[in-house]
Amino acid sequence: MGHYILRRFLMMIPTLIIISFIIFVIIQLPPGDYLESYIAELESQGESVDPQFIANLRHQYGLDEPFLMQYVTWASGMVVGDFGYSFEYGLPVTDVVGDRLFLTVLVSMFTIIFTWIIAFPIGMYSATHQYSWGDYGLTLLGFLGLATPNFLLALVMLYLANVTFGTSIGGLMAPEYIDAPWSWDKLMSVLEHLWIPVVVIGTSGTAAMIRRLRANLLDELHKPYVVTGRAKGVPPFKLLVKYPLRVSLNFFISDVGNLLPSIISGAEIVAVVLSLPTTGPILISALQSQDMYLAGSFLMFLAVLTVIGVLISDLALALLDPRIRLQGGSSR
Amino acid sequence: MTDVHHNHADNSGHFVADRPFDPYSIETLTESQEKYYLASQWKLMWWRFKRHRLALFCGVLLVLMYGSILISEFLAPYALSTRHTDYIYSPPQPVHLFHEGEFVGPFVYGWEYQLNMDKLLREYSEDRSQIHPLQFFCHGDPYHFWGIWKTDRHLVCAPEGAQLFLFGTDRLGRDMYSRIIYGARISLTIGLVGIILSFILGISIGGLAGYYGGWIDTSVQRITEVIRSFPELPLWMALSAILPVTWSPIWVFFGITLILALLDWTGLARAVRSKLLALREEDYCTAAQLMGAKPQRIIGRHLLPGFFSHLVASATLSIPAMILGETALSFLGLGLRPPITSWGVLLNEAQNINVVAIYPWLMLPVMPVIIIILAFNFFGDGLRDAADPYKT
Repeated sequence: MGHYILRRFLMMIPTLIIISFIIFVIIQLPPGDYLESYIAELESQGESVDPQFIANLRHQYGLDEPFLMQYVTWASGMVVGDFGYSFEYGLPVTDVVGDRLFLTVLVSMFTIIFTWIIAFPIGMYSATHQYSWGDYGLTLLGFLGLATPNFLLALVMLYLANVTFGTSIGGLMAPEYIDAPWSWDKLMSVLEHLWIPVVVIGTSGTAAMIRRLRANLLDELHKPYVVTGRAKGVPPFKLLVKYPLRVSLNFFISDVGNLLPSIISGAEIVAVVLSLPTTGPILISALQSQDMYLAGSFLMFLAVLTVIGVLISDLALALLDPRIRLQGGSSR
Repeated sequence: MTDVHHNHADNSGHFVADRPFDPYSIETLTESQEKYYLASQWKLMWWRFKRHRLALFCGVLLVLMYGSILISEFLAPYALSTRHTDYIYSPPQPVHLFHEGEFVGPFVYGWEYQLNMDKLLREYSEDRSQIHPLQFFCHGDPYHFWGIWKTDRHLVCAPEGAQLFLFGTDRLGRDMYSRIIYGARISLTIGLVGIILSFILGISIGGLAGYYGGWIDTSVQRITEVIRSFPELPLWMALSAILPVTWSPIWVFFGITLILALLDWTGLARAVRSKLLALREEDYCTAAQLMGAKPQRIIGRHLLPGFFSHLVASATLSIPAMILGETALSFLGLGLRPPITSWGVLLNEAQNINVVAIYPWLMLPVMPVIIIILAFNFFGDGLRDAADPYKT
């Protein structure tokens, strides 16, 4: 077990290095840099710009260095917790990100739990009642969730909630808590507002999960040991719960690796529509204004979030499944 | 022969039927069996696919929708950018069949406009005294059909002096129904072009990794893993922010498809790789190698055809993700921009809650999105079941 965990941690390092490099290439690709748009803005306001001043700025932020140098500075800074400086906000990136990352984690976590709660019974029912009307109906429902664009569902839900509850539920907390320090009341307010994004993001992931769970359970249900059990007269429900379900439970945990990227994607776009204080809106504006360190760090955080989520699910799987624990292999 | 049987029966005392017996009778094929055994692979696939009713229905639907983009100008009652300045934000107009219990055929009533100064809203109502029967194959906005003939025929339009807004109008008074039909052109092709790009990438990269193995395989595996573990949308957003604002719409279109494809090939590459790893150990592959065939030929001629149909089916299943991706990007304003019209660009107008409350018909472009994605999913599912050569 110790070996497995160690190996799993070591495997993360090259992954993160590749990810950080790809991200850096992407944020460097647009022609020009933030300072150029800054100059353009100043000049449009009729102010003259001292070229020496700009050159100093450029030197200060390391923008005049070669590409690889810049990457090494950025990446090595991240290791010690220095994520660079946001030009647009005039603040260190860590200060801008602040709570936002925590809220993204919160939304994603609840969405995963929501998806599990929905997908688990439906998948079980569909597998045990294969090709029944219930199976078809529930599958269709899942597909509808998949096919409806998240952002539109978010808008409609926002409107419906507004009409039925009479409150504005955009955002992730009541207005009075926005700049308040974290407290019990604030947490409750966040939980009250959380359900809409969770439901909206959850609907798109549920369909895929239901189908994978169904296929997984169906494979298991046709294995000889189940037939033997049935022949020996084990009651159907006990037969289902005792072994096949336990085996597909493993899959349930490991599927987080597939689920998490799509949940975080969904969270981004829904955040824009619902104006949630998560990463979505800031990421877009940072990308558009070429605020490169802010955008890059955001992308990096999202990637790290996914990688860590997958790591946790792998470790949980190792705890659950002796085959992985003892052989040190991954089931995916 | 029958005589021999009789003799034996007489001697041993066992019962032997005296009906004539043809020992080859079990081996001769009935007509239907023969048809089955001699059928080509494609024919077998088609038979298996036909059993899947829903998939068949969705396939027909897809063909119809893709067919419609060839004749968008004819199907749409108005041209893409025709503005009806007197009818801004008009709700969908109901089409009736009966007037006061009397059958008239499809017609619309006169469409009246008032400004409600209390609510500061435009309000539309039917004027029941005017009856405008719809015309078919009628004259309307002129257009160049396929860029060749100049014509002004449309499938359906309202008579002179009346309007036909089946899905309402937008903030500039443009007919939503016509715009949705035109939008299908971009929205439907972006998935196809994207999948072709990702298909080429997936097959060549996965093919190399699976055939050569070794360090190529390892590095491809790593890259695929990294790309798959990254949330798609933020990466799409980052990549599309790169596209210069000065690009012409058509270049933006290709840029977006390229971006969609760049992140999508990993799934296909993985499938190609695992199949190739298994197939390259087969005898016929060794034989080809010994005869001096080049890797390119072995992969292309001997290995790929074995699971190509299966690949096509899997690729079908990733088209909907591309269509949704384009819709999401355009909705956020990072994808296609007007004057290019796609469903995502149309939905961009429905970005705030006021629209949902006051002009809900601006959200109608989502209907074709949902339909096409459901259709592709069911069609792809059926196709995959039918094409899987490893299933009985």
